[in-house]
Amino acid sequence: MKLRLIGAFAAVALLSACASHPKTTTAGTGATAATSGPAPGSEQDLVQNVGDRVFYAFDRSYLSSEAQATLDRQAAWLAKYPQVKVLIAGNCDDRGTEEYNLALGSRRADAARDYLVAKGVSPDRIQTISYGKDRPVALGDNDQAWAQNRNAITSVQGFNPQAQ
Amino acid sequence: MRNLLVGRRGLLAGSASLLIAPQAVLAQQAPAPAAGGSAGDQSAVIDVNRAQVEPIPIAIPTFGGQPDSLASQIVGVISNDLAGCGLFRPLDPASFVQASSSIGQVPKWQDWKVIGARALVTGQVDSPSAGQVRVEFRLWDVLPEQQLQGTAYTTADSNWRRVGHMIADVIYERLLGEKGYFDTRIAYISDTGPRSARIRRLAVMDQDGANNRFLTSGEWMALDPRFHPIKVNELAFMSFAENQPRVYLFDLGSGRQSLLGAFSSMTFAPRFSPDGSKVILSEARGAGSDIVVVDLGSMAPTQLTNSGAIDTSPCYSPDGSQICFNSDRDGSPQIYIMGADGSNPKRISYGDGRYFAPVWSPRGDLIAFIRQGDSFALGVMNTDGTGERILSEGFNVDGPSFCPNGRVIAFWRSTAATSSSGAGYTTRLVNIDITGFNERMIQTPTDASDPAWSPLLS
Repeated sequence: MKLRLIGAFAAVALLSACASHPKTTTAGTGATAATSGPAPGSEQDLVQNVGDRVFYAFDRSYLSSEAQATLDRQAAWLAKYPQVKVLIAGNCDDRGTEEYNLALGSRRADAARDYLVAKGVSPDRIQTISYGKDRPVALGDNDQAWAQNRNAITSVQGFNPQAQ
Repeated sequence: MRNLLVGRRGLLAGSASLLIAPQAVLAQQAPAPAAGGSAGDQSAVIDVNRAQVEPIPIAIPTFGGQPDSLASQIVGVISNDLAGCGLFRPLDPASFVQASSSIGQVPKWQDWKVIGARALVTGQVDSPSAGQVRVEFRLWDVLPEQQLQGTAYTTADSNWRRVGHMIADVIYERLLGEKGYFDTRIAYISDTGPRSARIRRLAVMDQDGANNRFLTSGEWMALDPRFHPIKVNELAFMSFAENQPRVYLFDLGSGRQSLLGAFSSMTFAPRFSPDGSKVILSEARGAGSDIVVVDLGSMAPTQLTNSGAIDTSPCYSPDGSQICFNSDRDGSPQIYIMGADGSNPKRISYGDGRYFAPVWSPRGDLIAFIRQGDSFALGVMNTDGTGERILSEGFNVDGPSFCPNGRVIAFWRSTAATSSSGAGYTTRLVNIDITGFNERMIQTPTDASDPAWSPLLS
């Protein structure tokens, strides 16, 4: 129970971090790890300096150029920290049935995984999971919220902001 | 082990203490017609398969005997079942000319005719020994002035609600000519906590919401419960245990969970075959999901589809010869039918929108589905896709599940969040008749989703 609460708070903190840092902020890398910045190779490093998530169109799993750019940064970051293993969670908006969305979330996580593997990341380092529509990061019910919830979120293994 | 007589419809549900032994009670003063038989034009017996029928006015005076409280509670269960199905109208006891009617006597027919009763139920509750209850009831057809049924049940007194449901089922069957569905359970998913981290637990309750039990702790998300068609204490469901989402079997008697099969990727959307020998499910594989059937004897999986698309929500026809399922192989989610061996897949949904969650009626003639247009809708169609009818709509509806006789569909609704905090988002279980009438909420102790109706327990 305690663990779950911590997870929920952590997810909130990450969201606000995303909101205050436009994704284009760090075209570079976390190489200049400042004394006050996140630990290199950490979950926070991934979120703040690389970008932990990509977004999809309604009922689709193709990777936009923006999504590909994010995954390119993830691939480079993973090359730099070869000890890091990641979990990619595929998620959906709630405009579909539970079972269909489990399949769609799986397809989205798979698309992100395949892209990273094509960029040289060992498949052994990547686990995928689908939460369907059960782990929305935006909690409203409107077009903007749904767009945020159609995603694949990469997290450092052992730190899964969506895990229960 | 209790040494109870198990009659023609004796049953075992979970433990020996659930043995209920019904015995036919001979009609003493009035002849009983054959089951389902017509008692003439004036009879309360009706053909429920005709379109909209007027609910049958039925009088259920408080049963006699001791304890009084149990007698009135059993009458309450019967009355609630019959009123809830929409096909009966229990009359207000305040209108009764006589407050009760002794079970040993022929009713004073005029007293029941004058208040408009077409059917009358009389009963008696006794405690033959410590911890035991004996409930005897008679069903009377008022206008032709005859007894339709007389049965006594003896059981552990903790089973009193089930006796009420079984009596309601007998009344339903004798007056409507088809089996009832009141002595059943509904498994579902209990939803609590904030929307960002919902705690989703497997739960089970009686179909009227009583005797709720939570079956999983909530540590890992549970989804998609489905009852075994024969072993009423066995469920299939999906668990995210250890972040490895897979289908499990759950034994309600022992509480034991066991992983179904040895799959290396997510398995979901399980459903038993009509004979209970197999579980059909979906397995995530690459960009798609395939439909796989697992033989419960050998645990050997057989892959039935390989379209590269999403193939999910499989459900057998009641005779086991066909499977309906959900697929986006033609570009958007639609409903398909194929042979039980995966042969000849054929799309049947051609209406305006995206179609999901097909479920074959136990009667075989209809497929329930979810359709997404501007909003979501629950509907039924013929098995060739014709005759589509929408029964209910809402912001989001999902998870249709038929009651055992196919007359009622349980499903769940969610309401839209009204703020960015997720406030306003709720999930609720709902019942609706396949005619589209009599929609009503099923009371649950928490938010609830994913209902699965059990077969008749007896």
